[in-house]
Amino acid sequence: MDTLLVPPEALQPTARRPGPLWLLAEVTYRCPLHCAFCYNPVDFAAAGPELSTDDWLSVIRQARAMGAAQFGISGGEPLLRDDIEALVAEARRLGFYTNLITSGVGLTEARLAALKEAGLDHIQLSFQDATREANDLITNTRTFDLKRKVAALTKAAGYPTVINCVLHRSNIDHLDRIIEMAAEIGAEYLELANTQYHGWAFLNREALMPSAAQLAQAEAVTERWRQKLGKKMRILFVTPDYQSKKPKKCMNGWGEVFLSVTPDGLALPCHTARMLPGLDFPDVREHALDWIWHDSPLFNRFRGTAWLPDTCQTCEDKDKDHGGCRCQAYMLTGNPDATDPVCPKSPDHALIETALATAERQHNSHPLIFRDPKASKRLERAF
Amino acid sequence: MIPAGACPRINRLFRFQWEPAQQAHVLLYPEGMVKLNQSAGEILKRCDGTRDLPAIVADLEASFNATGLTADVEAFLAMAEEQNWIDWTEA
Repeated sequence: MDTLLVPPEALQPTARRPGPLWLLAEVTYRCPLHCAFCYNPVDFAAAGPELSTDDWLSVIRQARAMGAAQFGISGGEPLLRDDIEALVAEARRLGFYTNLITSGVGLTEARLAALKEAGLDHIQLSFQDATREANDLITNTRTFDLKRKVAALTKAAGYPTVINCVLHRSNIDHLDRIIEMAAEIGAEYLELANTQYHGWAFLNREALMPSAAQLAQAEAVTERWRQKLGKKMRILFVTPDYQSKKPKKCMNGWGEVFLSVTPDGLALPCHTARMLPGLDFPDVREHALDWIWHDSPLFNRFRGTAWLPDTCQTCEDKDKDHGGCRCQAYMLTGNPDATDPVCPKSPDHALIETALATAERQHNSHPLIFRDPKASKRLERAF
Repeated sequence: MIPAGACPRINRLFRFQWEPAQQAHVLLYPEGMVKLNQSAGEILKRCDGTRDLPAIVADLEASFNATGLTADVEAFLAMAEEQNWIDWTEA
């Protein structure tokens, strides 16, 4: 009998890192809203043609086979496509938890019924403010009444009601009324997301950034409502990077849990990574998702902590924050390998202090640049 | 206090399922997931709105050849209710 020279464990396939848990399909950059705080790339109008339904179905099947459990459909406004129901049905059949992230525009009763039939688990509805005037101003549309109507419809259809509101200089003082509105609607979750300065939001940063006093007041208001509502409505308050001075482990780590696909088929480790220079973004029509996740240069570029700059290598928090957000580092310093400047230990932290000081001084004098295809073509820039 | 005869069930805000990739039961909810250890999975699997606490305990004790699980199961269900994972049917 042959001697077994190879230890049995070596015969097992090499243990691979887990696959993504989250698949986000950004199915279109088209949007009826024109929010000045949108994180989409400013040059979205230059993106290639949108993926077909079959392309998306293939992505969904591959991601589920790799172990992804959460499937989100976002955009732009995903309801501008007429195949959302088909994507949801396939994702749900495969065992995904399905999330539709929408402005509510286009969510008619008929469509809501079709999505329910397809097995949609959850709708996240965005509100931009608590009054018609303020909502319609920042979105540059007349959509407030429609959103209230859609919220009532989704509630009646038995969905968990999740409301998202992006906070900025012009609406943060209305927070008390915003939370009250969410409670009136009967939301189970309210996500209050302070603007992250990517894409259009970076372009409009001076006009959008609240003062420290505004932010402190908003936190106090949130806490008061948490005490009052308890378990009835969970309120998530996402602190802004700039003011918290804490770099965030972006997407819970580059290439660790999250995979996003752009309308034109590029696979990304975070929503905004396509702005980064010198990277080859794999196209889901040309490469298998398994190769993209495990082996592509893009998904390995900032994976783990080995690539971190010296400032971070010697820092005790490097495993907690992985040096912060790559896009933020690039937008602010021009170097995507730099320590995120929001970190006080960053050699570039003065850039943040300057932005914060500007927010204290200014008096709402900056005009907003609204997100629309014309402006996108005219500006010809990523952020 | 758990009313006599009331049965725990998974809250409608959550979906409970077996995930082959995790080799674990999980609770899925809007944009999130809780990975459950084996005992949590086995308890929640039995929270189908038709079995009360004594029935769930009896079933677990029979399945795992154990005794005296009542206090552990009760404590877990109290935590699960606090987390909104379960609610109780009317007695």
